[in-house]
Amino acid sequence: MAFLSSRPERSSALAALARERVLPNSYDLAAFALLAAVAVLAFHGAAAMHTPLAGLSSAPIVLDPALLPEYALRTTMRMFAAITASLVFTFVVATLAAKSRRAEMLIIPALDILQSVPVLGFLTFTVTFFMGLFPGSQLGAECASIFAIFTSQAWNMAFSFYQSLRTVPRDLDEVSRGFGLSSWQRFCRLEAPFAMPGLVWNTMMSMSGGWFFVVASEAITVGDTTVQLPGLGSWLALAIKEQNFLAVGWAVLAMAVVIGLYDQLLFRPIVAWADKFRFEQTAGQSKPRSWVYGLARRTRLVKRLATPFAWLGGHLLLLRFRPASARPLRMAPAASRALDYAWLGLVVALGTWSSWIAVSYVGQSLGWADAGDALLRGLVTLLRVVVLIAVASVIWVPIGVWVGLRPGVAERVQPVAQFLAAFPANVLFPFAVIAIVTTGASPEVWLSPLMVLGTQWYILFNVIAGASAFPTDLREAARVYQLRSWTWWRRVILPGIFPYYVTGALTASGGSWNASIVAEVASWGDTKLEAYGLGSYIANATEAGNFPRVVLGIAVMSLFVTLLNRLLWRPLYVLAERRMRLD
Amino acid sequence: MDNITAVSALNTSRSTPLIQAQQICQSYDKGSTGSLVVLDKVDLELNPGEIVGLLGRSGSGKSTLLRAIAGLIQPSGGTVEFSGRRVTGPNAGVAVVFQSFALFPWLTVLENVELGLEAQGVASAQRRKRALAAIDLIGLDGFESAYPKELSGGMRQRVGLARALVVHPKVLLMDEPFSALDVLTAETLRTDLLDLWCEGRMPIEAILMVTHNIEEAVLMCDRILIFGSNPGRVIAELRVELPQPRNRLDPAFRALVDDIYSRMTARPGTPAREGFFPGTGIAMSLPRVSTNLMAGLIEAIAAEPYKGEADLPLLAAQLHHEIDDLFPVAETLQLLRFADLEGGDIRLTAPGLRFADSNVDERKRLFAQQLAAYVPLAAHIRRVLDERSSHQAPARRFRDELEDHMSEDYAATTLKAVTNWARYGEYFAYDETADLFTLENPS
Repeated sequence: MAFLSSRPERSSALAALARERVLPNSYDLAAFALLAAVAVLAFHGAAAMHTPLAGLSSAPIVLDPALLPEYALRTTMRMFAAITASLVFTFVVATLAAKSRRAEMLIIPALDILQSVPVLGFLTFTVTFFMGLFPGSQLGAECASIFAIFTSQAWNMAFSFYQSLRTVPRDLDEVSRGFGLSSWQRFCRLEAPFAMPGLVWNTMMSMSGGWFFVVASEAITVGDTTVQLPGLGSWLALAIKEQNFLAVGWAVLAMAVVIGLYDQLLFRPIVAWADKFRFEQTAGQSKPRSWVYGLARRTRLVKRLATPFAWLGGHLLLLRFRPASARPLRMAPAASRALDYAWLGLVVALGTWSSWIAVSYVGQSLGWADAGDALLRGLVTLLRVVVLIAVASVIWVPIGVWVGLRPGVAERVQPVAQFLAAFPANVLFPFAVIAIVTTGASPEVWLSPLMVLGTQWYILFNVIAGASAFPTDLREAARVYQLRSWTWWRRVILPGIFPYYVTGALTASGGSWNASIVAEVASWGDTKLEAYGLGSYIANATEAGNFPRVVLGIAVMSLFVTLLNRLLWRPLYVLAERRMRLD
Repeated sequence: MDNITAVSALNTSRSTPLIQAQQICQSYDKGSTGSLVVLDKVDLELNPGEIVGLLGRSGSGKSTLLRAIAGLIQPSGGTVEFSGRRVTGPNAGVAVVFQSFALFPWLTVLENVELGLEAQGVASAQRRKRALAAIDLIGLDGFESAYPKELSGGMRQRVGLARALVVHPKVLLMDEPFSALDVLTAETLRTDLLDLWCEGRMPIEAILMVTHNIEEAVLMCDRILIFGSNPGRVIAELRVELPQPRNRLDPAFRALVDDIYSRMTARPGTPAREGFFPGTGIAMSLPRVSTNLMAGLIEAIAAEPYKGEADLPLLAAQLHHEIDDLFPVAETLQLLRFADLEGGDIRLTAPGLRFADSNVDERKRLFAQQLAAYVPLAAHIRRVLDERSSHQAPARRFRDELEDHMSEDYAATTLKAVTNWARYGEYFAYDETADLFTLENPS
């Protein structure tokens, strides 16, 4: 990222080159140790990725705690490969959408739909595709897994970046144009920095969601093909198959350690660094801190070694592909409009054609009865999602408000809630399954809570954030007028946290649909529990390699998610924007 | 001091204009009903050695003209020439200082100042040297590595100035450069800028500034173009011959300020009193003026020492208001026949005086009465509500009706203004959730 070069150290480093000492200080030692460790791990993980496929069968997954760090590393590598791909996708596609009106007409609706498609449903096709792309190499399966994670991450990041590009402050835009910044300079100096806080936040959210899918996508069975990539997900699948309770516990521990590490080593420093890109002209109250970022800023030698890169970055920034005076030709409005219609017609035709292909493909083996069955199952899963979100709200909203209004408590609880949201709930499924099997409870009812196990935290930490941001004067006013109990909830705090709650509930609901594919079918050894719903429909079809059913299931689920977003969440969002904004 | 005026007069007479804008028009498409004209055939000439002020109220198109000259927008008609060459886009000969400062919050002071040079591809060392020189000139030493959010407003605008000067423009364009600053800071910055200009220490040949502050224009400019609204056009051009530094208390200075005031409040010669607001009848575009402000102004004029008639510049100074804030209020009072505006004076009418003496209920009754008589849109909405048996009508209906005559934004503002006035006068009510006008007030 070229805007790294805009760090304030660069200027001082250059100017002070002559008089400052180059000797390393103690911070350098710590930074070097960290860098070296990360580099070694990364090379090792990357080298292991393209070993031949045969290696998988000769060295199958073993439930040996000594191998666990290796597995955790491989899983983490997949995560980072996916997040890198998502970033590249974001920069390219979102920029394209923001700069070209015609690309925008295609990209934005496409992103909107892709956001609602259940990611796990993709696995069936992508595994087949990527295995064919790299025959005999593990890389194919790796790519399929990475792609599955990518599809869970990329869309909201791209959306965030696009939104930022569209809302670049007018005066800064005029300065950039007035000075004639090249489009590359404009991107590095204006657009990317302006989009940074939103992008960092969305990347973190994506990362949290990604863990869920990396666990679900490592041990894949599609029809007759079964692939088990070395990683925590495969370890977990094997532990479930062997009914090894202890091994499940190890997996939970390893996951916790990994998430804790990447949070400390990667995201905290980035959040602390990105704080300076927040677009406000007043000094912020509390700055996010990170010991790693602090360390990097105090190093002497590391900074000196970074100088050539900064110099290179500075020179790259001066590159110009098009002379400043060259301006794109402007088209006559009539011709431009005609081209718009032609393009729109082409897009619609393509869309119709591809849906026709899908429908006729599904129609070959499936009839209207199957469609009705899928819809009915969709309704059952919808009922589950709605009830569970309602239950989770009833539980977490009061708790979140209680916590959020007490800054001391909130400071300690908030990181825990964010950690829990990042923790892949599917790692915890076996415990629930054991409980259901031993108590003989109905899987139809008791498998359902697994769907919100991982997603309920979004409600909690958003409500905490909302309650913390609730203005003190309004709270004091409520106290002065002695608003209590239900009146206080209804008139004061619920409207106050409403925008935050909607954000949390929307995220939780979307995640729950996805989780239903994993949660409605669960197993422990030979015992297989199944709940009637759309999730189990897709999961079973995937396992049986029944592609038409998978397509049908995905289509129905996308339909439900899109309808729910349009008919419930979007109106609530509009309401929150219009009536309950506190600024 | 006299020789400075003489020098600039000499410059003006002998050289070719730096900027020549001819017949600039700017209009926005409103769809079926034609277009909204923001600028109507404006001519402007900027000569070396002079500071020219574009003075007018918001909406008079003066900022649009500045942006057309900067090449930031392409006017819908007319041409801009810079040193004899046609302007088609941003060019290196001009630099802009913004009202909002427009600093990049993630760049330090030094990096912000270097930005323009970076765009020109100036090498790093050279860039640093020139940026430091500009920072030094503008009095920012010691703040090089600070971020804008750490600076006060005045310091931020100094960064804006340094960033503009460092690219060595021939012309400095300033868009309300001091209006986001407090009174003291703005004065300091003006003085500093004038000092640098008079001593010839800035590498620029002319300054064009947009302002709505009359005193600022008289204080700084050699020439003032006064803009009128609807559509934006030049209604007067004045030459300020007072020597620098100018004294605000100087009688000649005061006389000039008063003269400009009366020119700006002079009613357009057209028939109706509504002349201040674009459009006629229900299609009149109205500003959102709070009833509190109206009542406050009426009270202020009715009270000592004015007793019903006040000189606007004096009143503005006493109330600590810029003309931009005061004019819409005064004009709305005029529209409602609570006051009369003439030659820079404002005089309460009989209803206005009665309003000042009344209690709350009486005021509301009086207000509703004037509203019914003089704001056609309010009367129109009331008539529709009266005619319907349900006594309610969707606001959408009136918004659509207004959008036939004006842009969406103006329609929304106008309807909101009328809604608030009607609410105050209890003339009719509005339910925000249902977007409905009704006759019943909640009991």
